[in-house]
Amino acid sequence: MQATLDEIISRYKAGSREALLPLLQDIQIEYGYLNEEAILKVGQHIKLPSSKVYGIATFYDQFRFVQKGRFHIKVCRGTSCHMHGSSGILREVERVLNIKEGNTTRDGRFSLEAVSCMGACGSAPVINVNGEFKTAISIPDIALIIDHYKNTI
Amino acid sequence: MDEKQFFTEKVLAAKADLSQKEIVDYLALIRHETVTRPVVYIGSGTCGKVAGADDTLAAINRYLYEKNIQAEIVQVGCIGLCTYEPIVDIQLPGKARISFHNITHELVEPIFDDIFNSEVPDDHVLGQFENKRHNRWENVANISELPFFKYQHRIVLANCGISNPDSITDYLARGGYQTYLKCIRNYTGEKICEIVSQSGLRGRGGGGYHTGEKWEMAHNAVSDQKYLICNAAESDPGAFMDRAVIEGDPYLLLEGIAIAAYAIGATKAYIYVMDEYSQAYFMLNQAINQLKEYGFLGYNIFDSGTDLKIMLVRGPGAFVCGEETALINSIEGKRGMPRPKPPYPAIEGLFGKPTVINNVETLANIPFILRYGPLQFNEIGFAEARGTKVFAISGKAMITGLVEVPMGTKIGDIIYKIAGGIKDGKEFKAVQIGGPSGSCLPASQLDLPVGYESLWEKGAIIGSGGMIVMDEDTCMVDIAKFFMNFLQKESCGKCIPCREGTRRIHEILENITRRPTGESGYEVLERFKGIMQLADLSEVIRDTSLCGLGQTAPNPLLSAMKWFREEFEEHVFDRKCRAGVCKELRLFYIDVDHCIGCVACLRKCPSNAIVGQPRQPHFIIEEKCIGCGICFDVCKFVAVKLR
Amino acid sequence: MLFDIEVNGKTIKARRGDTLLMALERNGIKVPTLCHMKDLLPSGACRMCVVEVEGRQGLIPACSHPVEEWMRVRTHSPRVVKARKTNTELLLSNHHDDCLYCERNGNCELQKFAEDLNVRERRFYGKKNKYKTDPSSASLLRDPAKCILCGRCIRVCEEIQKITALDFIGRGNKVQVGPAFNKGMNLSSCINCGQCVMVCPTGALAEKQYPAKLQDALHNPTVKTVIQCSPTLSVTLAEEFGLRPGKDIEGVMYAALRKLGFDFVFDTSFSADLLITEQATEFYNRLKSGTALPMFSSCCPAWIKYAEQTHPNLLANISACKSPQQMLGALISNHLAPGAGIKADDIYSVSAMPCIAKKFESQREEMTHKGITDVDLVLTTRELARLIRLNGIDIQQVEPELSDQPYQSRSSAGKMLAVSGGLTEAFIRTLHFVITGKETSDLKIQELRSTKGRKEYFVKIGEYKLGFAVVNGIGNIEPLVAEIKKGRTDIHYIEVMACEGGCVGGGGQPIHPENDNVKARAKSIYELDEKESNRFAHQNASLQDVYRAFLKQPGSDISLTHLYTTYEEREVMK
Repeated sequence: MQATLDEIISRYKAGSREALLPLLQDIQIEYGYLNEEAILKVGQHIKLPSSKVYGIATFYDQFRFVQKGRFHIKVCRGTSCHMHGSSGILREVERVLNIKEGNTTRDGRFSLEAVSCMGACGSAPVINVNGEFKTAISIPDIALIIDHYKNTI
Repeated sequence: MDEKQFFTEKVLAAKADLSQKEIVDYLALIRHETVTRPVVYIGSGTCGKVAGADDTLAAINRYLYEKNIQAEIVQVGCIGLCTYEPIVDIQLPGKARISFHNITHELVEPIFDDIFNSEVPDDHVLGQFENKRHNRWENVANISELPFFKYQHRIVLANCGISNPDSITDYLARGGYQTYLKCIRNYTGEKICEIVSQSGLRGRGGGGYHTGEKWEMAHNAVSDQKYLICNAAESDPGAFMDRAVIEGDPYLLLEGIAIAAYAIGATKAYIYVMDEYSQAYFMLNQAINQLKEYGFLGYNIFDSGTDLKIMLVRGPGAFVCGEETALINSIEGKRGMPRPKPPYPAIEGLFGKPTVINNVETLANIPFILRYGPLQFNEIGFAEARGTKVFAISGKAMITGLVEVPMGTKIGDIIYKIAGGIKDGKEFKAVQIGGPSGSCLPASQLDLPVGYESLWEKGAIIGSGGMIVMDEDTCMVDIAKFFMNFLQKESCGKCIPCREGTRRIHEILENITRRPTGESGYEVLERFKGIMQLADLSEVIRDTSLCGLGQTAPNPLLSAMKWFREEFEEHVFDRKCRAGVCKELRLFYIDVDHCIGCVACLRKCPSNAIVGQPRQPHFIIEEKCIGCGICFDVCKFVAVKLR
Repeated sequence: MLFDIEVNGKTIKARRGDTLLMALERNGIKVPTLCHMKDLLPSGACRMCVVEVEGRQGLIPACSHPVEEWMRVRTHSPRVVKARKTNTELLLSNHHDDCLYCERNGNCELQKFAEDLNVRERRFYGKKNKYKTDPSSASLLRDPAKCILCGRCIRVCEEIQKITALDFIGRGNKVQVGPAFNKGMNLSSCINCGQCVMVCPTGALAEKQYPAKLQDALHNPTVKTVIQCSPTLSVTLAEEFGLRPGKDIEGVMYAALRKLGFDFVFDTSFSADLLITEQATEFYNRLKSGTALPMFSSCCPAWIKYAEQTHPNLLANISACKSPQQMLGALISNHLAPGAGIKADDIYSVSAMPCIAKKFESQREEMTHKGITDVDLVLTTRELARLIRLNGIDIQQVEPELSDQPYQSRSSAGKMLAVSGGLTEAFIRTLHFVITGKETSDLKIQELRSTKGRKEYFVKIGEYKLGFAVVNGIGNIEPLVAEIKKGRTDIHYIEVMACEGGCVGGGGQPIHPENDNVKARAKSIYELDEKESNRFAHQNASLQDVYRAFLKQPGSDISLTHLYTTYEEREVMK
């Protein structure tokens, strides 16, 4: 069962600024993103104005403010992947999904993120779909991979 | 007697006699030096998992179950050969441990069949670990004699990929925490700082500050609370040594942290791990819990009066948080923007208290130094750089992986002797050292020994130790552009030179690598004006930026311009990319002898740059061509050629 | 402890513990700064104050680096100047080149940098961030495109006013300044004090303006235009015309306003007197019944919004009196208009205030009576000065005139509302009369004239032992509220002004980033009080006439209808 917002918040001490980032991380793990309610409630708990909480959350790459797609695709843009053509891979994913990096498709099925390095440099270029790595891929592979997830229920 | 009792009473107690035979034997058993049943080791670090270690593991389990073999499975970290993952080792009772590479799940059965029949398979054999107590496998090389390992000197990575990172007893059986107990029982903090100073250890995270001095500063600061922070905010593209150390030998790091905390008088330590490193986080968490259980953490540790609490912080993703003061801000729950220095963290750091921040590799060296003494460590290395350095090799090298070499090893030796040279028989072009704010060095600098000053003199830095090998297919302008893009995205946005300057440099480089159709005279002028500003702009960014990220941001550009000026000029003046990476600069022409006029290219050309009649040879109008290469791809007659 | 350092080849004295910038400033060496704010910790963001220190690789920011004995500094070497210039050019490369259309044209720190550093050509081209302006607030217009991210607005809002409506959003070159969720300012916890406008180096933050509306009204023959001027205005307007800070140009101002075409020109000090009279009576009633004490003052609209969103349970303790601006507005519609035979509809009522929160206040629902707003348009001091310049009026050549009847006379007590503590001093004078029936001779209360954020004063009036607290700078209110919530009872009246120093430091005042004119303005007000013949609000002759003819007595039904208001709890993104 999904923990409610209040349950997650109550795990941390009220008024402790140190708890802010872990708290936001926990909420994101549970809900996949941070909505306004979460930010306002966290602010009240930590005793920090919501402008501050929002400002801090937007600083970090990890926090999302819109729901992730059902399949979250991460394209590695590390140096090794770049040298093996990951810029083309990213463009191709963008083309196939018809969304820009950082967005979610309208049907909520896919979301796309470019990440700086996933540490799989030995298998470059790599993408990662919901935690599953696809290694040493080439541009024609993209459409096939995405098709596969399009048909997955 | 359970294991915990055995260790606390017989091994870790103040007057424990470790030479007793029963203890020696038991420890050997825990270390897997003597085994009573087959043991299967599988590389399960992140790199192993990416390569499919989970599938392999499932296949192994299935195999053992089906054949009804009672065997122990040990999931180890990364031994450093990422290209060869999944790596599987098998140790039969009495036989030497033998290692196999690239064991995907379908290979489990044939390989295991051979081994359990005491035969050496024809393929996929990496080598064997020699041990006097074990019988050798015939015609199998020793692991330590493989070129990859022969030239390495492993201190930090000594046990990575070899011993069980999940088990505290394994670590203790290898003499773990003896050093820590020696420190808290016999040494003062001052003494430890002195030993570390004598060892000559310097920060492995980039700055190269003397670790002992840093500790002394914090040790001497008067405060009711001090902190130690282990910086594992590794987010340079192409660097993964921190992760490998944590996944491969977490207790080593934790012992280093404990010693450091004791030395400076900190009772609280933080480990700041990137949140993406979920496995590393999990293993640290588990290790910390085990340490608590054994009494290495908490109050009055082993009756020494020493307290220590270690907290794990998940870094929510920002490259700049690798900078000390930004990292402090991040732990405090603020935007990870650097603070002005001074005050230095050693005087006024986390929550305003004296704080030492050390990188993972630095701390992982500490147990060795305290265990074997500063001189043993100081013997390794060269000039002002003592000890070893771990490098993460990636890019176009034959072997992608982790290596640990003595300081002073030539860069060329690392690439050619250890990493096996360049993939696919291509020509070496450059090696990029030190992460995004590092530099590219050309072939002429391959004799350069790695070290702090030796690289600084050439305008390069050791950085955290990423080493990206580039071959002739790499465009240096493109690489500089790639790093500038990374830096402009990762700049925290606080100070003007870094926020605006990196972005302008990136744009200027973009202009160099693009050929906008219909660029007017005025725009050409603008492009050239931009190029004229590069050096000037770089200097100001370096001079005035607030933190290390900004101050070193122009490095990738400056080094590329210094060593690969020709290539830059080709891009600027000839509008040509010799590596063919900068697509828009590619010029195509149609070979009239091959073109049969099928109109395939003409139809697909997005910029209507191809003209011609059906069944007549076609032509490309250069001014209109945007270099997309579609014609090149669609031509079935190899008539479209790259100029 | 003093020691010597070498700066630009000369030896100067520096004090241990100082920053390099302080040491340089003390010796008259000027280093440009942008993100630096006096009395706050250095942020080190802008890198404008960099200097060259011998032996150091990079350049060093003077604002944050402590001065040390070994230092040999060069503050304007070619390398330093080049760095400053390049950084300015970098800012300009992401700045909209619409200076001529900008609020702060001619009074812009970025322009000044460009000018001082001799920026004469565009060296850096590239993409500029595109942002929309945020017109949602009634008081404030936010234009992120003009923002150069110095962070001063954020710091003043967070560290001084303790509101924290703004913060940096995002990272890298996508950073911008905005309220929570980057929504409109109207939804944020912003109290419209305008201190962010005062510190903004560019035109990224400015007051909301409606110049066309006023022009239309002024040139529409059927509309009668009325303007009232805040007590503060006469001592601050002069600065906009290059005159000495604090110079009182009351008469000249009225004359200039008539030249602008206003049909009636009034002084809000008149209704300040009215407010004091009403509030003293209200307070005395509360005192007698012992309810809703301590009473908070109500003339600062920023404070009212703050109370509504932060302390809804204190709303009953706030005086129900409207602010002087709204009181006079109500009188104009309901007393002046019928008296002069003008339809209230035909009146266009303008006020000139040192404040931008007044713009918000004039648009509150409670401030409309039978469909007619008390005040139609609020101008800041800056806007008024611009209007005077626009109409070609040379303030030096104008002969002083008096304001109009029937609200012509004022006491200096009303004028005192301009400064923090002034309201309380004036209030005590009238309260003394209300309670004892006699005038007090103890007019100057030194305790209330300091520059502290919170001042307290205890006095016995009649049989009552009373405590007065004065808070200026909304950031100083929380400790006092906490004390009261904990049970402190010796304070009976609390004056709250959201800006430091009171209205003389208001968010609508002339912007002089380098000079602190607040003290000079306050001094001028106190001098005025010394010289004035009538120093008691209730003795204001015009006011007494208005009471006789219209309001009858303080707290009468007519007063209650027109001069009193209500407050409501307000939901904002805190």
